[in-house]
Amino acid sequence: MKMTHGLMATALLAFAGLSQAQAPDAAQVRSWAASCANCHGTDGRAQPGMESLAGANKDDMVKKMLDFKAGRKPATIMHQLAKGYSDEQIVAIAGYFAAQKK
Amino acid sequence: MMQRRHFLQTGTALGAAGLMSGCATVGGGSGPKVVVIGGGYAGATAAKYIRMWSDQKIQVTLVEPNPAFVSCPISNLVLGGSKTMADITTPYDNLSKRHGVQMVKDRVVSIDAAKRVVKLAGGTELTYDRLIVSPGVDFMWETLPGMNNAAAQQQVMHAWKAGDQTLTLRKQLEAMRDGGVFAMSIPLAPYRCPPGPYERACQVAEYFSKHKPKSKVLILDGNDDVTSKGPLFKKAWAERYKGIIEYRGKHALRDVDVAGKTLKFEFSDDVKADVLNVIPSMRAGDIAVNAGLATANKRWCDVDFLTFESKAAPNVHVLGDSIQIAPAMPKSGHMANQHGKTCAAAVVALLTGKQVNPLPIYNNTCYSFVSSEDVVHVASVHRYDAEKKTMLTVPGSGGVSAAANELEGRYALAWARNIWADTLA
Repeated sequence: MKMTHGLMATALLAFAGLSQAQAPDAAQVRSWAASCANCHGTDGRAQPGMESLAGANKDDMVKKMLDFKAGRKPATIMHQLAKGYSDEQIVAIAGYFAAQKK
Repeated sequence: MMQRRHFLQTGTALGAAGLMSGCATVGGGSGPKVVVIGGGYAGATAAKYIRMWSDQKIQVTLVEPNPAFVSCPISNLVLGGSKTMADITTPYDNLSKRHGVQMVKDRVVSIDAAKRVVKLAGGTELTYDRLIVSPGVDFMWETLPGMNNAAAQQQVMHAWKAGDQTLTLRKQLEAMRDGGVFAMSIPLAPYRCPPGPYERACQVAEYFSKHKPKSKVLILDGNDDVTSKGPLFKKAWAERYKGIIEYRGKHALRDVDVAGKTLKFEFSDDVKADVLNVIPSMRAGDIAVNAGLATANKRWCDVDFLTFESKAAPNVHVLGDSIQIAPAMPKSGHMANQHGKTCAAAVVALLTGKQVNPLPIYNNTCYSFVSSEDVVHVASVHRYDAEKKTMLTVPGSGGVSAAANELEGRYALAWARNIWADTLA
């Protein structure tokens, strides 16, 4: 847990430095989330063989992504992709998918 | 109208802070008009997402000469024999049925960026508020005199645009004698799909190993070394296809003797083979070059990475394999789909008076089949750098597979189903 908090703090600081004035707005988060659709389906509604994200639990998605990012959860590819997003961005994107119809 | 155009140019020059449209009502009473040229991974995605994200308020016309979408990703498996053309073909009808995209089956002959008119081969003229040009690549046949005619191009396949070429090359491989040589020439980077040729070598080698075990695959690479997933491919060649695949780097192709089935190189001996596969040097699609959009060495199109608007023509956006890439950005179908969505969001914002996203972030995922089941990937995450005004990979992100594996083989096919649906359904 300590590790999570450490990472979270670092990432939040980095993010704050990156775009101090701009909290992510809805259209921006939608665009970020859309980059997941190539594998997880438009608005997170996946075709067979891949996990759907639409309507999934936000906290579960955030935890999973942070675990991928920290190397706590084994993966083929998601540990490499998760490292490209700040914790704040992960929270925002998870929120977008949680709000989509299943 | 002049005011709007002037404003948009200013907006581009100022970057994200200035990107607020001063005119929400354009193109008459029925909503703004967007014309998209090319229904590949970038163009079809842009068309669909502009309709979705504008709540169907922006009119979108997609001009595409082909009757259906044929995917380059997975097409090497057709050469290997584990997939068919039907498996990699998707109709365009969902774009019109589900999203209201107006499909026009025609070819664009010219773009008048000043008048904002696109002329089609069939005589139709389409006006636009914003134009999206995504014609993919065309080939620099002029660099290979022996290939620079239609007859030669019907005998020696590139199979680098999936379709009839894919099927013909498969038939040539099927007709080849056991003990024959398949020789593939790879152009200097940048070219469409960096790992594609090496995946193709694996697919042909697997087919040979099962059906023509005395045959050889000769890779003749214009680059110094394997340009993508090098250690993973070399491991597959050494362990799975020992004695079948031979790799030779630093083999820049100079010409092709089509009748003699011979490849001629700048600095190395000629190579004669039973089946030739020449992947020529590439540039932006003809329509982009002819419209003056190819500003980088007259070969690729420079764009603003916040909007994908051309650096050469206002109100014209260029997507996919035609663009001058950002550092470490591959020319891939996955990336083209990401261009399509980033551009769609920007075009909707620009035409509805909203702010353009100042921080695009997107990923690339690329799977390569080293056999009909086992796969290796390369992945990366790209984020806009406001200071350098380009997309840069996020430090620490991305990577490749530890080893070829069957689980990623299943993920790769799921990726294909999902990206085809995200682009076309």
